[in-house]
Parts: sequence; C-alpha cells; structure tokens
Amino acid sequence: MGWRLPLRTALWTLRGKQPKATADMVRELSHRREVYSAVPCHLHIFPILKRLQSSEPERACSQNMDEEMNDFMGRKVSYSSQMCFIPEESTNSVPCYRLLSTHGDLLDPSSINELDKELCIEMYRKMVTLQVMDTIFYDAQRQGRISFYVTTIGEEAINIGSAAALNATDVVFSQYREPGVLMWRGFTLQQFANQCYGNEYDLGKGRQMPVHYGSNELNYLTVSSPIATQVPQAVGAAYGLKMDKKDACAVTYFGDGGTSEGDFHAGMNFAAVLGAPVLFICRNNGWAISTPTSEQFRSDGVAIKGQAYGVRSIRVDGNDALAVYFAVKNARKMAVEEFRPILIEALTYRVGHHSTSDDSSKYRSVDEIEYWRTRRDPVARLRMFLQSNRWWDDENEDLLRQDLRTQMMSVLHNAESKKKPGLSNLFEDVYDVIPQNLKEQEQETQAIVGKYPKDYPSDVPLD
Amino acid sequence: MGLSSIAYDLGSGLNGPMSISHLSSPRQQLAFSAKSCTGSRACITVRAADGNSGSMRAPPSTVRASKLVTNAVAVKSETASIAATKSGHELLLFEALREGLEEEMERDPRVCVLGEDVGHYGGSYKVTKGLAEKFGDLRVLDTPIAENSFTGMAVGAAMTGLRPIVEGMNMGFLLLAYNQISNNCGMLHYTSGGQFTIPVVIRGPGGVGRQLGAEHSQRLESYFQSVPGLQMVACSTPYNAKGLMKAAIRSENPVILCEHVLLYNLKERIPDEEYVCCLERAELVRPGKDVTILTYSRMRHHVLQAAKSLINKGYDPEIIDIISLKPFDLHTIGNSIKKTHKVLIVEECMRTGGIGASLRASIMDNFWDYLDAPIMCLSSQDVPTPYAGTLEEATVVQPPQIVKAIKQLCG
Repeated sequence: MGWRLPLRTALWTLRGKQPKATADMVRELSHRREVYSAVPCHLHIFPILKRLQSSEPERACSQNMDEEMNDFMGRKVSYSSQMCFIPEESTNSVPCYRLLSTHGDLLDPSSINELDKELCIEMYRKMVTLQVMDTIFYDAQRQGRISFYVTTIGEEAINIGSAAALNATDVVFSQYREPGVLMWRGFTLQQFANQCYGNEYDLGKGRQMPVHYGSNELNYLTVSSPIATQVPQAVGAAYGLKMDKKDACAVTYFGDGGTSEGDFHAGMNFAAVLGAPVLFICRNNGWAISTPTSEQFRSDGVAIKGQAYGVRSIRVDGNDALAVYFAVKNARKMAVEEFRPILIEALTYRVGHHSTSDDSSKYRSVDEIEYWRTRRDPVARLRMFLQSNRWWDDENEDLLRQDLRTQMMSVLHNAESKKKPGLSNLFEDVYDVIPQNLKEQEQETQAIVGKYPKDYPSDVPLD
Repeated sequence: MGLSSIAYDLGSGLNGPMSISHLSSPRQQLAFSAKSCTGSRACITVRAADGNSGSMRAPPSTVRASKLVTNAVAVKSETASIAATKSGHELLLFEALREGLEEEMERDPRVCVLGEDVGHYGGSYKVTKGLAEKFGDLRVLDTPIAENSFTGMAVGAAMTGLRPIVEGMNMGFLLLAYNQISNNCGMLHYTSGGQFTIPVVIRGPGGVGRQLGAEHSQRLESYFQSVPGLQMVACSTPYNAKGLMKAAIRSENPVILCEHVLLYNLKERIPDEEYVCCLERAELVRPGKDVTILTYSRMRHHVLQAAKSLINKGYDPEIIDIISLKPFDLHTIGNSIKKTHKVLIVEECMRTGGIGASLRASIMDNFWDYLDAPIMCLSSQDVPTPYAGTLEEATVVQPPQIVKAIKQLCG
C-alpha cells in the first residue's frame, strides 16, 4: 500500500473536525504522541499535513474515502478516533430470567393467571417420575443389574420444562442427559428399562449402552455419545424443515462442556447464516466430568456467545421449570416464525455424578453437592409453588412416589426377565440389506457359538 | 472410432497409437511411457487406431499393423455398459456426474447438495454448475468452511427425511468430517435399531493430482474402508461416474463416492437413456486368461496403458475395475481368479493399510486354493506426496511398473 495508507490514515483522524490552524495540528500531534507511545510510523505524516493551507482538498478527499470505506461487504462500520478495545467481560453479566424464587414463590404474583394449573401439575408429576426413575436405575447399576447409567438429578426442570414447551413434531437431538424430554412425549418406564437392559424389546435392539435412547415415533433421535456431534445434525434437520416449510423446529441439547467442541461453533455459525429454525439449549450445569466451567471457558457463560454468531440468546434459571417453559415456548415461536436459531443457556447444577463410572466427590466438595441437592432442588421448588397455591399436597406426593416405586420395581423385573436380542441382530441394520461378507461372518459365528455353547452367554438366542 | 469409446491422450505431443514396442531399447520404451504420463492435462481426446501424425507413429508395415493391438479395452459391444451405437452423447466425466446429479434432483425433491462453493460458484470442479440456478439456493447449499459441521448437517437432514449429497472440495478435507462419518454416519442406523436411516452420499475428488501438494493428494478410501455401515465406490469413467452417482443417491445406505482429480476431464460417449450402475458390482474391462489385474479409479487407466504393451508382448491380461471398494465384489473377482490363477492388484493407496492390502487378505481367505502364485500388489509409496513433479510421479504406480510386475508374475 505504500505511502497512501499513512496519508489516508492521517486524513481519517481529521475527519469530522474543522480544519485547524497549524498550531492546533502540532498540539494534536504531540498529544497523540503521548497517548500512543508506540507510534506507528504513519503518524509522522502529520508534519507534512500541517503545511497544507487549504482544507478543501482534504475534506473532499476524506469524504470520498469515507463513502468507500464505510461499507464492508454489506455491514456499515463507523469510525472512531478513540482507540477502544472491547473488554473481555462486561461489568454486568447476562441477566438470568426466572419466574419463581428459590422457595417457589411467584416473583410476579399476578402472572398466576397466565399459568395453566393442569399443565403445571403434569410437569411436576413428570419431574418426580424422572427423579424416581433415575434413583432406581442408579441403584440398579450399583447392584450390578444394569451395566451403566447416567442420572439427570438436578436438571429435571430443564428436561420437563423445555419438553412441555415443544410440539410433538419438533425433532430432538439430545446429548445424553435429557431423557425427560422423551418421557414427556410418552416413552414409558418399561421402554426406558428395556433399553437399559438391552433386551429384545429395546427399540435399539440391544446395540447401544444404557441411556442411549432413541425413538423415531417420538421424534427423538438416538443418542450418540460423542460430545456435540448432534449440534450440526440438528441444524441439518432444521434446514430440511425450512425447505419443507413445516411448522416445526429442531432442538438440540448439550452441556457447558459441549460448547468447547468445534461442532458447537460450526453449528451455531451455520444456523445463523442459514436462518435455520433450531433451538440450542445449553444445560450449563457447572461441571464437565471433573472440569468446572471456570476451566471450560472464560466468557460470561454461554448465552453471551450467541451474539458473536448473530444468534439471539437468553439466559434462564434452569432450576425454575416455569421459566424454562416460557423461555423455550417463546424461543420456539421465534425460531419457527422468523426462521432463526435461538440459544438458551439454562443455569443449573449437576447434582449426580457424571455417570456411574464417576465419583464426583473426588473433585468437588460434598458440601457443595449437598447444598444443591437439598436447598436448590428444582423438583422441590416447583412442589413448593404448587403446594402454596393448593394445587398439590403431601398426600398426592406420597401416593405418587409410592406408585412410581412400585411401577419401577415391576418394570425392572420385567425388563430383566426378557431375552436378549438374537445373534442375527449383530449383523442386521449395518446396511439396509445384509451383504455377502456379513452373511458369511454371521454363519461362521453361529457355527462357533453352536459348537461351544458353554463358552457363550446362555440367554442369547442363536437366531 | 467404433472400438474405443474411451480415448487416451497421454501427453500433449503424442498423437499416434500408444504402442511402444517399435522402440528399440527398453530404456527408450520406458522413457516414452514415462513421458506419456507427464502430459500437463488429464484432458482426453479421441484418436483412431490407424495412427495419424505424430512423432511416435508405428512403422507403416502392414504385417506389424495387423499384430498391433492399439486398443486394449474390451470391445464395448460385448458388454452392456457402453452403447456401441452411434447414439448417445459425448461428455466429460465431471459433466457426467452433473448429469446424474441433475437427473436425481429432478426425480426426487428430497435430494439436495451441501458443500463449499457448490452453489453460486458451481463447485470447484464444476460438478454442480448451474444447479443452484435451477434448483435454488437451499437445495444446492453453500456452506461455511466447517466440514464436520456440514457433514453433521447432512447426517441430521438424512435422518429426518432428506437425501443430501455432501461435496468435499477435496477428499482430504473430509478428514475433518471423520468424526461425523465414523461415529454417526456409519453407526446410527445400527445403534438406533434400524429406526433412522442415513441415505447420504459423500463425494469429492481425491487421489494424487498434478503437483497439488501432500495435503491435497490424500487417498481417503484407505481410511474409510474399515468403518462399518459405510459403502464405498470409486468411479473411473464418465459412464460409471454417472451410473454410480445415481445409484449412490438412490441407496438407503451412506455411500462414499470416490472421484479422482485427474479424471474429471475424461471424455466418453454415454447412452441417452437413463441407466444406473450397480454399487456392488465390479466392471470387467477386458477379458483375458493369463492374469487378473484388479484396479480402480485412475490406476485403471494406467493399467490399460500398460496392457497395450503387454498385449503386444503376447500376454492376455484380464482387467477388472473393482468399482466397489466396500464391500468387494468377490463374485466377479473370484470367477476371474478361478480362470487365471494369478492376481496383480494395482492401486493408488499407500502400501500400508490400503485397499490393496485388505483386498489381498480377502482374496487369500476366499481363493487361496486357486492361486498359483503369491498375490502381487503395486501401491503408492508410504510417503506424503511431494510437490515436485518428478518425485510425485515416482510415488504412484506407473505403467512400466505394471508391465514389469506382469512379466514377473507370468514369466
């Protein structure tokens, strides 16, 4: 660019000001030299300018330059002679939307009229069901009855609150801590158990670990463990919905750790560029196995990242089921009607361990866990709200929990007693039609297992 | 023009028949062949068998001419593949791909294309040229530079009803999409218990080009071949390019369609009528009885070039373009081995862990009793592809090596 850049730069700094007398220019120059101690060499052009007597050429020149330079590929940029770095954090963090206080009181009592009593009770019932199911499956794993489990303790409000705000036709791409969404849509306790036991009634035909649920019928895509791979997939589904102009959106869930993955960045960016009707729901629960959020990112959480991608975002109290419900409901409306992605950061706490293979007391204090489990429980909070409005009472509570425990026991027993999928399931569904090489492998395997049955599990049928 | 529908121009200066046996010394012959491969374009023109002007023209002896077989390709009228009639239309390979793609997009509104610069730019190899204007910006979608993202998008879109085609600007870039391809694309049909299908096609140019540098000369077929749930095919002529593209789009399985950077300008006459190739079938390029040569993609053309000289020396190779890299068409391959009892594999993958390595294992497992000699496999060197032209040439298999290998195998 040579000398033209310094001249242009010098002219920019004079833009908007009346042409000054030479002395002013000199003062300005000295001032700048004090302020910007590492003076770029082009500022030394000022001594040349102060020799220019007429302001006309300067003004004409600078005006032309401004019109050219204002528009960078469709985005108008304004200039400033104040050198100003955008701070790494703002003085106020993104405010968090909530409707209920920690003790279950409506912060705006008049909003009770907007609430649907039946819906609130149903949400509560499902949250309790999720809690009980988690507790019993966790114990079952500890007893060796299932091999692995991931609890959702502490995040019931996000699960159920968001699920209740979605339509049945909205396609869900979850991480693995969102069985409540499936539960809300009608997945039965028996079906959950069948998947965890991997028996012949499992929709996944025993091919995945426990908690990797999936149901085509309920528009819930089969869980895939790698973190954040579901994020761009949801954008792809939203792209299809946009092309077909359906009244539905795609929804994807991930944790705070998932926002570090490249797929999160790419998915968000692309959803914004495409105008895809997708909801990005981040369960910021403070921990990614043993990594606290302070070591995961240095930004003010996740909601603030939305603007960087051009995505509208909100931070919501993830332990307040009503707030989650309304936030998701509104977000969904915007996504579908305006063809835009929305990012929802739900602040919560992972009360349970990361999974049954984890002991979180190794990296966080037991007091912290207990505090959140007892004093900030989302289920208890909604219960307090319901009971204070006399929409629920202790008797309902006891009956519900008792009934659920009985159901769960029977469900576990049923699932345990069922057979596992047969050997042919090992080779089916790799492709749409089983190819020759797999058929041969299947025959070989059947022959071996048939010849040495004692070396193989007795509850796996050979066919 | 009847015999050969595929013509070869192997260098800008060579206009005559490709026989080299008239050259006096082996060294000259090798030099000729080497030169013929360094033509700066892969662009192909048609040349008749009777030898026209050109420095390397065969001596005009009629006796010699009758012995000369300048066309090493099987007579096309015998195989159902290429129409031997005058009908049909001539086009280049990238146009054949586009034709196949366009026909499928017209036929099925769920078919869509995602990739970098596929829309307004028409694709870096012009495979999608004109499609965005015809089908709209959403169906031919320009994506940001995030291979894992748009491959993931394709997986998600496929699971919810679309039939996307992902174009990698270069196959090597799809290494960034490997997570989505391996962990989700190949897997989710199985792990969901068959509830969700993923009918994606992942395609793009790969292979060693002309001085594209190591990062742009990857052979990804060797990395993908062991991912369960994927199907993989490699096209090598305009005919099979169009047919395989259509078949891949119609397949319910995720299919990887491997194209080659240097074959995009290959010209051929293809039928006007609609046709679809079979994804699992190998192509018998030239029947023979001495030795089975298994090859695919660009190496098919190197083999054919070597074959011309082999035939003139009296060998009768059976040349099979395996087309289906995963799963192998062991039926066609097996029938050939039962006939010839000797196998030479010519591939562009590296020696270690390439398609050739696993094909060799498959053949040994299944046809050991029919082999009279160890299976020979010619592959590229286990080095990153250098930029320098001469070095690059030395990393891939050249026709003289093929000739030498056959001599060694057959005696």
